[in-house]
Amino acid sequence: MKLTTMHDAIATYVHDGDTVAIEGFTACIGFAAAHEIIRQGRRDLVLCRMTPDLIYDQMVAAGCARKLVFSYLGNPGVGPLHAIRRAVEKGIPAPLELEEYSHFGMVARYIAGAYRLPFFPLRSYVGSDLPKVNPRIRFVESPYGDGPIAVVPPLNPDVAIIHAQRADVNGNTQLWGLLGAQKEAAFAARHVIVVVEEIVDEEVIRSDPNRTLIPGLIVDAVVHEPYGAHPSYVQGYYDRDNDFYLRWDEISRDEAATRAWLEEWVYGVRDRAEYVEKMGRETWERLKPAQAWSRPVNYG
Amino acid sequence: MNDYTPSEMMIVAAARALAGVRTVFVGVGLPNIACNLAQRTVAPDLELVYESGVYGARPARLPLSIGDPALITGALSVCSMADLFGLYLQGGRIDVAFLGGAQIDRYGNLNTTVIGDYAHPKVRLPGSGGACEIAIHARQVFIIMRLSRRSFVERLDFLTSPGHLGGSGERERLGMPGRGPQVVVTDKCVFRFDPGTGEMVLVSLHPGVRLEDVRAEMGWDPRVSPDLTETEPPTPEELRLLREELDPLGVYRS
Repeated sequence: MKLTTMHDAIATYVHDGDTVAIEGFTACIGFAAAHEIIRQGRRDLVLCRMTPDLIYDQMVAAGCARKLVFSYLGNPGVGPLHAIRRAVEKGIPAPLELEEYSHFGMVARYIAGAYRLPFFPLRSYVGSDLPKVNPRIRFVESPYGDGPIAVVPPLNPDVAIIHAQRADVNGNTQLWGLLGAQKEAAFAARHVIVVVEEIVDEEVIRSDPNRTLIPGLIVDAVVHEPYGAHPSYVQGYYDRDNDFYLRWDEISRDEAATRAWLEEWVYGVRDRAEYVEKMGRETWERLKPAQAWSRPVNYG
Repeated sequence: MNDYTPSEMMIVAAARALAGVRTVFVGVGLPNIACNLAQRTVAPDLELVYESGVYGARPARLPLSIGDPALITGALSVCSMADLFGLYLQGGRIDVAFLGGAQIDRYGNLNTTVIGDYAHPKVRLPGSGGACEIAIHARQVFIIMRLSRRSFVERLDFLTSPGHLGGSGERERLGMPGRGPQVVVTDKCVFRFDPGTGEMVLVSLHPGVRLEDVRAEMGWDPRVSPDLTETEPPTPEELRLLREELDPLGVYRS
């Protein structure tokens, strides 16, 4: 039984200076966990994500990070991430180091980490300037005579935090919709925290084993946190809060407004439940998804 | 007759370039609407592929990002990004990919990383995302960009995604599977690439656009095809699909 509170999961598994991966591509982004990390005042984190998104913009604004490892730095479809730009360009609130890949390169780093390989080869980066600014992207000669091939080193986070639809109390976790690189990131990490919309019986998991992305075997803590991925979305549970992604563009342009937002919505609430309450019912009504059920299959 | 916008002309021209294509790697924004238009006109068998892991999307509404939940509902397959980049893209299953950028040079090389110096940029842009490997692997790359002197530059500040690099033959020499950029669709004109040199060649002007209008918006003097034509204007049916079905709010048309 690994069920615990967000407070205790973060207190136990996320430490100052850790390398942290909170993955989830557009969907299932673990904002509740990020806010708890901010509340607990973690510092000097190396934050890894393909798309830093608003989640790392907020963590950087709160002074949690010393470095970003990423492949696409933007508020998708909206514009730049202003807090991260302030940190990079002006060192506010603290200087921020960047280590930059392409998406495939980041995925390959997680694969190398998960497979416990010294590197992973991929056909990318030829002709690009990226290897010139990131010396960890290298080329090796294929031992089978196919010429040079790009390689990237393993990424083994100290902790991976994965948001999903449901899990049992032992951390057997089912995820559907966009899968991103969550499986690879989780298997690569030394510790895994799983945050879910619903806790279900083990029988529910066993009734549909193909949907289990992450086995309890590699999970250290399970947190039940409804709406824990807002303002991103969870397929079948709530839609993406596109209005908030637009609003953040306004808020985050201004350093004081960003601090005021963090004060009200992160430091000013005890936990995610209070944030959900404070957002109000109309938010959750607005984000209610349509019904599109899959047909059951026979596993007999 | 000029009752359509330059953006509508650009979307229609891009959609037509997809005639007969089977799989297209879609970006959000203009490529997305162009691909959806193509699916309803010149390429009925077109499967939309998104780097978020979606193959065969049939979005009921225009998605706002490449990870929009509307892309998942009713898709043929949703897979991990390891599978999408490893099996679909690197595995050679993508016919055409749409790309764009803040800067492009005459060989179709693209910059989406920084304006200015990398260590001390004037503007920090989003970076590669999947564009670097997409540019290497897709059989053909189609580019949609608004024509402007700031974007069509003599020299890139940073080369994120390789086009024809320094000219024809370089991609083959470096073992890149894809053939690289084939067409650049802008709001004023269409370019293709000279197979001999790998350089961008102006092949058609949108109705009402003059050659000097194009030259004025470019950082180099473009080569002009001896067969320079006028782009076929949008048909009433293309405009109806765009305005009534694909983008009723007019987000991408202005």
